[in-house]
Amino acid sequence: MTVSELVTKLGLNVLSDETGLERQITGGYTSDLLSDVMGHANAGKIWITLQTHKNVMAIASLKELAAVVLVKGYQPEADMLAQSNIEEIPVLGTAEEAFEISGQIYKLLND
Amino acid sequence: MTTEKMHFEYPVEGGNFSAAGFPSSQVKKTLKQLNVDGNVIKRTVVALYEAEVNIVAHAFKGVIAVDIDTEKIHIRLTDEGPGIPDIKKAMEIGYSTATPEVREMGFGAGMGLSNMKTNADSLVITSEVGKGTIVEIINYFHK
Ligand SMILES: Nc1ncnc2c1ncn2[C@@H]1O[C@H](COP(=O)(O)OP(=O)(O)OP(=O)(O)O)[C@@H](O)[C@H]1O
Ligand SMILES: [Mg+2]
Repeated sequence: MTVSELVTKLGLNVLSDETGLERQITGGYTSDLLSDVMGHANAGKIWITLQTHKNVMAIASLKELAAVVLVKGYQPEADMLAQSNIEEIPVLGTAEEAFEISGQIYKLLND
Repeated sequence: MTTEKMHFEYPVEGGNFSAAGFPSSQVKKTLKQLNVDGNVIKRTVVALYEAEVNIVAHAFKGVIAVDIDTEKIHIRLTDEGPGIPDIKKAMEIGYSTATPEVREMGFGAGMGLSNMKTNADSLVITSEVGKGTIVEIINYFHK
Protein backbone atom coordinates (compact mmCIF):
# COMPACT_ATOMS: atom_id res chain seq x y z
CA MET A 1 0.00 0.00 0.00
CA THR A 2 1.25 3.51 -0.73
CA VAL A 3 1.24 6.34 1.81
CA SER A 4 -1.30 8.10 -0.35
CA GLU A 5 -3.70 5.12 -0.25
CA LEU A 6 -3.37 4.93 3.52
CA VAL A 7 -4.09 8.66 3.83
CA THR A 8 -7.29 8.24 1.82
CA LYS A 9 -8.47 5.08 3.59
CA LEU A 10 -7.95 6.42 7.13
CA GLY A 11 -8.60 10.11 6.46
CA LEU A 12 -5.18 11.14 7.75
CA ASN A 13 -4.03 14.75 7.47
CA VAL A 14 -0.99 15.40 5.30
CA LEU A 15 0.94 17.94 7.37
CA SER A 16 4.01 18.17 5.12
CA ASP A 17 4.19 19.03 1.41
CA GLU A 18 2.57 16.50 -0.86
CA THR A 19 5.86 14.77 -1.70
CA GLY A 20 6.80 11.18 -0.98
CA LEU A 21 3.16 10.08 -0.89
CA GLU A 22 3.90 7.38 -3.47
CA ARG A 23 6.23 5.58 -1.04
CA GLN A 24 5.33 1.94 -0.35
CA ILE A 25 4.46 0.95 3.22
CA THR A 26 5.77 -2.48 4.24
CA GLY A 27 4.69 -2.39 7.88
CA GLY A 28 4.52 -0.14 10.91
CA TYR A 29 6.42 0.66 14.08
CA THR A 30 4.91 2.41 17.09
CA SER A 31 7.35 3.98 19.57
CA ASP A 32 8.31 7.29 21.15
CA LEU A 33 11.85 6.15 21.97
CA LEU A 34 14.22 7.18 19.21
CA SER A 35 16.88 4.53 19.84
CA ASP A 36 14.18 1.88 19.83
CA VAL A 37 13.13 2.97 16.35
CA MET A 38 16.77 3.28 15.27
CA GLY A 39 17.43 -0.27 16.40
CA HIS A 40 14.25 -2.03 15.32
CA ALA A 41 12.28 -0.26 12.58
CA ASN A 42 13.09 -1.46 9.06
CA ALA A 43 12.99 0.34 5.73
CA GLY A 44 9.49 1.01 4.40
CA LYS A 45 7.79 1.10 7.78
CA ILE A 46 5.39 3.82 8.85
CA TRP A 47 6.35 5.29 12.24
CA ILE A 48 3.57 6.14 14.70
CA THR A 49 4.73 8.54 17.43
CA LEU A 50 4.03 11.67 19.46
CA GLN A 51 7.56 13.05 18.99
CA THR A 52 7.41 16.25 16.96
CA HIS A 53 11.02 17.41 16.53
CA LYS A 54 13.56 17.34 13.71
CA ASN A 55 15.47 14.27 14.93
CA VAL A 56 12.42 12.19 14.03
CA MET A 57 13.05 13.04 10.37
CA ALA A 58 16.79 12.36 10.66
CA ILE A 59 15.96 8.86 11.87
CA ALA A 60 13.16 8.37 9.34
CA SER A 61 15.59 9.30 6.58
CA LEU A 62 18.51 7.18 7.81
CA LYS A 63 16.18 4.18 8.23
CA GLU A 64 14.35 4.91 4.94
CA LEU A 65 10.94 4.82 6.62
CA ALA A 66 7.84 5.39 4.48
CA ALA A 67 6.20 8.13 6.58
CA VAL A 68 5.63 9.43 10.10
CA VAL A 69 2.20 9.61 11.75
CA LEU A 70 1.76 12.06 14.63
CA VAL A 71 -0.96 10.97 17.02
CA LYS A 72 -3.51 12.84 19.17
CA GLY A 73 -3.45 15.93 16.97
CA TYR A 74 0.19 16.70 17.78
CA GLN A 75 1.71 19.23 15.36
CA PRO A 76 5.25 18.98 13.99
CA GLU A 77 7.76 21.66 14.94
CA ALA A 78 8.75 23.92 12.06
CA ASP A 79 12.18 22.33 11.58
CA MET A 80 10.66 18.85 11.57
CA LEU A 81 8.33 19.91 8.76
CA ALA A 82 11.15 21.54 6.80
CA GLN A 83 13.25 18.39 7.12
CA SER A 84 10.30 16.23 6.08
CA ASN A 85 10.01 18.20 2.87
CA ILE A 86 13.75 17.98 2.18
CA GLU A 87 13.78 14.21 2.75
CA GLU A 88 10.46 13.77 0.93
CA ILE A 89 9.19 11.61 3.77
CA PRO A 90 5.63 12.69 4.58
CA VAL A 91 4.47 13.70 8.05
CA LEU A 92 0.85 12.73 8.60
CA GLY A 93 -1.50 13.61 11.42
CA THR A 94 -4.44 11.99 13.19
CA ALA A 95 -6.63 12.87 16.16
CA GLU A 96 -6.52 9.20 17.27
CA GLU A 97 -4.28 7.78 19.97
CA ALA A 98 -1.34 5.52 19.09
CA PHE A 99 -3.18 2.31 20.02
CA GLU A 100 -6.17 3.04 17.81
CA ILE A 101 -4.31 4.28 14.75
CA SER A 102 -1.74 1.48 14.97
CA GLY A 103 -4.56 -1.05 15.05
CA GLN A 104 -6.25 0.49 12.04
CA ILE A 105 -3.03 0.60 10.04
CA TYR A 106 -2.19 -2.98 11.06
CA LYS A 107 -5.60 -4.17 9.90
CA LEU A 108 -5.31 -2.42 6.53
CA LEU A 109 -1.82 -3.78 5.90
CA ASN A 110 -2.67 -7.33 6.91
CA ASP A 111 -6.13 -7.87 5.44
CA MET B 1 34.68 0.55 -5.59
CA THR B 2 37.26 3.25 -5.14
CA THR B 3 40.97 2.55 -5.04
CA GLU B 4 41.63 5.67 -3.02
CA LYS B 5 41.38 6.19 0.66
CA MET B 6 38.88 8.75 1.86
CA HIS B 7 38.94 10.79 5.03
CA PHE B 8 36.21 13.03 6.44
CA GLU B 9 35.88 14.96 9.68
CA TYR B 10 32.78 16.41 11.31
CA PRO B 11 32.64 18.54 14.45
CA VAL B 12 29.91 17.74 16.99
CA GLU B 13 28.48 20.28 19.41
CA GLY B 14 27.14 19.09 22.76
CA GLY B 15 23.47 19.94 23.27
CA ASN B 16 22.83 20.76 19.62
CA PHE B 17 20.26 18.12 18.69
CA SER B 18 19.02 19.88 15.59
CA ALA B 19 22.32 19.27 13.78
CA ALA B 20 22.43 15.58 14.72
CA GLY B 21 22.32 13.15 11.83
CA PHE B 22 24.25 15.18 9.28
CA PRO B 23 27.47 13.09 9.47
CA SER B 24 25.43 9.88 9.20
CA SER B 25 23.57 11.06 6.14
CA GLN B 26 26.83 12.19 4.48
CA VAL B 27 28.46 8.84 5.21
CA LYS B 28 25.38 7.07 3.86
CA LYS B 29 25.60 9.03 0.60
CA THR B 30 29.31 8.32 0.22
CA LEU B 31 28.93 4.59 0.87
CA LYS B 32 26.05 4.44 -1.62
CA GLN B 33 28.20 6.11 -4.26
CA LEU B 34 30.89 3.50 -3.57
CA ASN B 35 28.29 0.75 -4.11
CA VAL B 36 28.82 -0.68 -0.65
CA ASP B 37 26.34 -3.43 0.31
CA GLY B 38 23.04 -1.95 1.52
CA ASN B 39 23.04 -3.92 4.74
CA VAL B 40 26.52 -2.66 5.65
CA ILE B 41 25.37 0.91 4.97
CA LYS B 42 22.32 0.46 7.21
CA ARG B 43 24.38 -0.98 10.05
CA THR B 44 26.97 1.76 9.74
CA VAL B 45 24.51 4.66 9.87
CA VAL B 46 22.75 3.23 12.93
CA ALA B 47 26.03 2.83 14.82
CA LEU B 48 27.30 6.25 13.75
CA TYR B 49 24.06 8.07 14.52
CA GLU B 50 23.87 6.59 18.02
CA ALA B 51 27.50 7.45 18.72
CA GLU B 52 27.02 11.00 17.46
CA VAL B 53 23.87 11.55 19.52
CA ASN B 54 25.71 10.29 22.59
CA ILE B 55 28.19 13.14 22.19
CA VAL B 56 25.32 15.61 21.72
CA ALA B 57 23.39 14.25 24.73
CA HIS B 58 26.19 13.44 27.15
CA ALA B 59 29.37 15.36 26.24
CA PHE B 60 30.45 18.95 25.57
CA LYS B 61 31.92 18.64 22.11
CA GLY B 62 33.63 16.18 19.85
CA VAL B 63 35.00 15.25 16.46
CA ILE B 64 34.00 12.42 14.17
CA ALA B 65 36.80 11.12 11.93
CA VAL B 66 35.75 8.78 9.14
CA ASP B 67 38.22 6.72 7.12
CA ILE B 68 37.10 4.63 4.19
CA ASP B 69 39.28 2.27 2.18
CA THR B 70 38.46 -0.61 -0.15
CA GLU B 71 37.67 -3.06 2.62
CA LYS B 72 36.20 -1.12 5.51
CA ILE B 73 34.91 2.02 7.13
CA HIS B 74 36.62 3.11 10.31
CA ILE B 75 34.91 5.76 12.44
CA ARG B 76 36.48 7.36 15.46
CA LEU B 77 34.44 9.67 17.67
CA THR B 78 36.50 11.61 20.18
CA ASP B 79 34.75 13.81 22.70
CA GLU B 80 35.48 16.13 25.56
CA GLY B 81 32.98 15.35 28.26
CA PRO B 82 32.29 13.64 31.57
CA GLY B 83 33.50 10.24 30.37
CA ILE B 84 31.88 6.92 31.25
CA PRO B 85 32.77 5.59 34.74
CA ASP B 86 31.49 2.04 34.12
CA ILE B 87 31.38 1.10 30.44
CA LYS B 88 29.98 -2.37 31.10
CA LYS B 89 27.06 -0.88 32.99
CA ALA B 90 26.54 1.80 30.34
CA MET B 91 26.22 -0.95 27.71
CA GLU B 92 23.21 -2.45 29.52
CA ILE B 93 19.89 -1.81 27.81
CA GLY B 94 17.91 0.66 29.90
CA TYR B 95 20.85 2.30 31.66
CA SER B 96 20.86 6.03 31.01
CA THR B 97 21.98 9.22 32.69
CA ALA B 98 20.13 11.41 30.18
CA THR B 99 18.53 14.56 31.59
CA PRO B 100 14.73 14.95 31.78
CA GLU B 101 14.85 17.39 28.82
CA VAL B 102 16.71 14.86 26.68
CA ARG B 103 14.29 12.07 27.71
CA GLU B 104 11.34 14.22 26.78
CA MET B 105 12.65 14.21 23.21
CA GLY B 106 12.57 10.42 23.23
CA PHE B 107 16.28 9.96 23.78
CA GLY B 108 17.58 8.34 26.96
CA ALA B 109 16.10 4.87 26.57
CA GLY B 110 19.53 3.45 27.27
CA MET B 111 19.54 1.58 23.97
CA GLY B 112 22.09 3.49 21.93
CA LEU B 113 25.21 1.58 22.96
CA SER B 114 23.38 -1.70 22.47
CA ASN B 115 22.40 -0.59 18.95
CA MET B 116 26.02 0.32 18.29
CA LYS B 117 27.20 -3.10 19.44
CA THR B 118 24.66 -4.87 17.24
CA ASN B 119 25.48 -2.79 14.18
CA ALA B 120 29.28 -2.67 14.32
CA ASP B 121 31.68 -5.45 13.34
CA SER B 122 34.05 -3.97 15.89
CA LEU B 123 33.18 -1.52 18.67
CA VAL B 124 35.84 -0.28 21.05
CA ILE B 125 35.08 2.30 23.74
CA THR B 126 37.72 3.91 25.90
CA SER B 127 36.92 6.60 28.40
CA GLU B 128 38.52 8.73 31.03
CA VAL B 129 36.23 10.17 33.70
CA GLY B 130 36.31 13.96 33.70
CA LYS B 131 38.06 14.07 30.35
CA GLY B 132 36.18 12.32 27.59
CA THR B 133 35.38 9.27 25.56
CA ILE B 134 36.68 7.67 22.37
CA VAL B 135 34.39 5.38 20.41
CA GLU B 136 35.80 3.38 17.51
CA ILE B 137 33.54 1.61 15.06
CA ILE B 138 34.72 -0.59 12.20
CA ASN B 139 32.49 -2.18 9.59
CA TYR B 140 33.86 -4.39 6.81
CA PHE B 141 32.39 -4.24 3.31
CA HIS B 142 32.86 -7.95 2.59
CA LYS B 143 32.36 -10.62 5.19
N1 LIG C 1 30.06 9.96 24.81
C1 LIG C 1 29.60 9.77 26.06
N2 LIG C 1 30.05 10.56 27.08
C2 LIG C 1 29.60 10.36 28.34
N3 LIG C 1 28.72 9.42 28.69
C3 LIG C 1 28.25 8.60 27.73
C4 LIG C 1 28.66 8.75 26.37
N4 LIG C 1 28.04 7.79 25.65
C5 LIG C 1 27.28 7.09 26.52
N5 LIG C 1 27.40 7.57 27.76
C6 LIG C 1 26.76 7.04 28.99
O1 LIG C 1 26.24 5.74 28.73
C7 LIG C 1 24.82 5.74 28.96
C8 LIG C 1 24.15 4.78 28.03
O2 LIG C 1 24.29 5.23 26.67
P1 LIG C 1 23.22 4.76 25.58
O3 LIG C 1 23.55 5.39 24.30
O4 LIG C 1 23.12 3.27 25.61
O5 LIG C 1 21.83 5.30 26.15
P2 LIG C 1 21.33 6.83 26.22
O6 LIG C 1 22.17 7.68 25.35
O7 LIG C 1 21.24 7.22 27.63
O8 LIG C 1 19.87 6.67 25.62
P3 LIG C 1 19.50 6.36 24.08
O9 LIG C 1 20.78 6.12 23.37
O10 LIG C 1 18.63 5.16 24.14
O11 LIG C 1 18.79 7.57 23.59
C9 LIG C 1 24.41 7.19 28.83
O12 LIG C 1 23.19 7.49 29.47
C10 LIG C 1 25.60 7.91 29.46
O13 LIG C 1 25.53 7.81 30.87
MG1 LIG D 1 22.55 7.08 23.38
